[in-house]
Amino acid sequence: MLRFAAKRLIGAIPTLFLIVTFSFFLMRIAPGGPFDRERIVPPEIEARLIHAYHLDDPLWKQYLRYLGDLVQGDFGPSLKYKDFTVTELIAEGFPVSMRLGGLAVLIALLVGVSTGTIAALRQNSGTDYTAMGVAMTGIIVPNFVMAPLLTLVFGLWLSWLPVGGWGGPIYMILPVIALSLYQIGFIARLTRGSMIEVLRTNYVRTARAKGLPERVAITRHALKAAMLPVVSYLGPAIINTITGSVIIEQIFGIPGIGRYFVQAALNRDYTLVMGVTVFYGVLIILANLAVDLIYGLLDPRIRYD
Amino acid sequence: MSVTAIPPVTAPSEEIKGRSLWSDAWRRLLHNKAAVVSIVLLAIIALASIFAPFFSPYSYDDVSWDFVSARPDFASGHYFGTDDNGRDLFVRVMYGGRVSLTVGLVATLVSLLIGVVWGSTAGFIGGRIDGLLMRIVDILYSVPFIFFVIMLTVVFGRAIVLIYVAIGAVSWLDMARIVRGQTMSLKKREFVEAAHAGGVKTATVIRRHIIPNCLGPVIVYVTLTVPNVILLESFLSFLGLGVQEPQTSWGVLISDGARLMETSPWALIFPATMLAITLGCFNFIGDGLRDALDPKDR
Repeated sequence: MLRFAAKRLIGAIPTLFLIVTFSFFLMRIAPGGPFDRERIVPPEIEARLIHAYHLDDPLWKQYLRYLGDLVQGDFGPSLKYKDFTVTELIAEGFPVSMRLGGLAVLIALLVGVSTGTIAALRQNSGTDYTAMGVAMTGIIVPNFVMAPLLTLVFGLWLSWLPVGGWGGPIYMILPVIALSLYQIGFIARLTRGSMIEVLRTNYVRTARAKGLPERVAITRHALKAAMLPVVSYLGPAIINTITGSVIIEQIFGIPGIGRYFVQAALNRDYTLVMGVTVFYGVLIILANLAVDLIYGLLDPRIRYD
Repeated sequence: MSVTAIPPVTAPSEEIKGRSLWSDAWRRLLHNKAAVVSIVLLAIIALASIFAPFFSPYSYDDVSWDFVSARPDFASGHYFGTDDNGRDLFVRVMYGGRVSLTVGLVATLVSLLIGVVWGSTAGFIGGRIDGLLMRIVDILYSVPFIFFVIMLTVVFGRAIVLIYVAIGAVSWLDMARIVRGQTMSLKKREFVEAAHAGGVKTATVIRRHIIPNCLGPVIVYVTLTVPNVILLESFLSFLGLGVQEPQTSWGVLISDGARLMETSPWALIFPATMLAITLGCFNFIGDGLRDALDPKDR
């Protein structure tokens, strides 16, 4: 298993290289530069600025310099937030994004799996139809519609919850709900489907036949196998959550990484854009690896080689 | 005690028709109420998006200061009300539907094209080429695509056509995997071997056996890609990175509506409902097709 993990990590190097190269050149062929939107500065000062960030070097030289710095873990300075390095900005924003996204995935798993299981156990009943109807609603109402609606109802009309900002746990309720509804719906549908199949298998019948209480038969025997498709959806779920957080952080004014990114791309803050992209690339690779390892723990038929 | 009358046995008046995979699937799809309702709804939305703007006295970019943020009202012809520039929302929602649906179809076609060519090449040729092509797909799977789409829209200045291509170019990975898997398993199946052994020409084998059997999962996946693509475009437009004013799409309208929702909630409700209905219809049709085309379920 350790060897498998090591092999996967080495295999990730070309992926990272590709991400770095793509984002570097994409940002550079974009029209405009990082200092376009600033107050008009005298040309000499702008030339100094450009020189200070090595933006006057030939492109290949800049690229090699960036690669060299990156290998040493240095994302470079932000071109827009003058007093900060990209690493500092990520270190500041990521814990916020992580808490938001992590909580959303966790809640999606808990609610989604339990809803799906209950629906499968009462297949074709009113409970089943209601649960799947709600799940479908979560899937077809996009989070950027759900978020304004939630703020309108709970923030403005009822005044129960703050409409935006970041502070105590109370600020997290609406963003986490808006971010997790899609995943709850998707996971509930996945769980229901696989649970219905698993409940028909011989080993679940055996578990019931030997007199195990229904609860034990479900949680010990059926659920573990029914979770497999859910676990393999975890990778995409994490990516979807990262994507969603870009918009949710924007709507609720949450100081996470997602909000920086859009601004940075519009401002041609080259280093910040590349830094965030590479950082999330690494995160996705690690998440996918973790998912594969969990998959192996749940399904002993899988062998790593 | 009643005796059920036995219907007289009559000889079949016409030749018995064979049931092909497709007529079977079509019959099963028509039995799926959700899918049929979705097809009808979707047709209505598409036709309304195409034709309704022609029949309204207003144009999507007509600014009218007499009707700023007017409520939905049948008397004035502003069925969905107006926005804060006095533009008729009914026409704008329908016009936005054109843009959103076109993005959905065109970007899906792009992803279909790349995915099918990539996947079938890998599946048919196999060996090293297969390894290389699928390794590239694996690599691309770990790329945080949303960031690249955002960068692409920044680079190419938000021309609609490029948004189509950019979205399509990032959503072909699953398609490639599905097509490759299908071609690989089909190549070795007995009925293909039997056809070969019976002296059927390769071209005919591909036409009669490989393509029809590949098509099912591909069609299902296409129906499920369209809503994802529409959602992605709306997402970009919501962030202000997609379609530009005065042109509009459902994402732009939702973003405007969210800004105005306190004073004129209709500006959010109508485009959001249209988007949700459309996404729901595609999902139900996809589910219905999956059930209809899955021969295991017969």
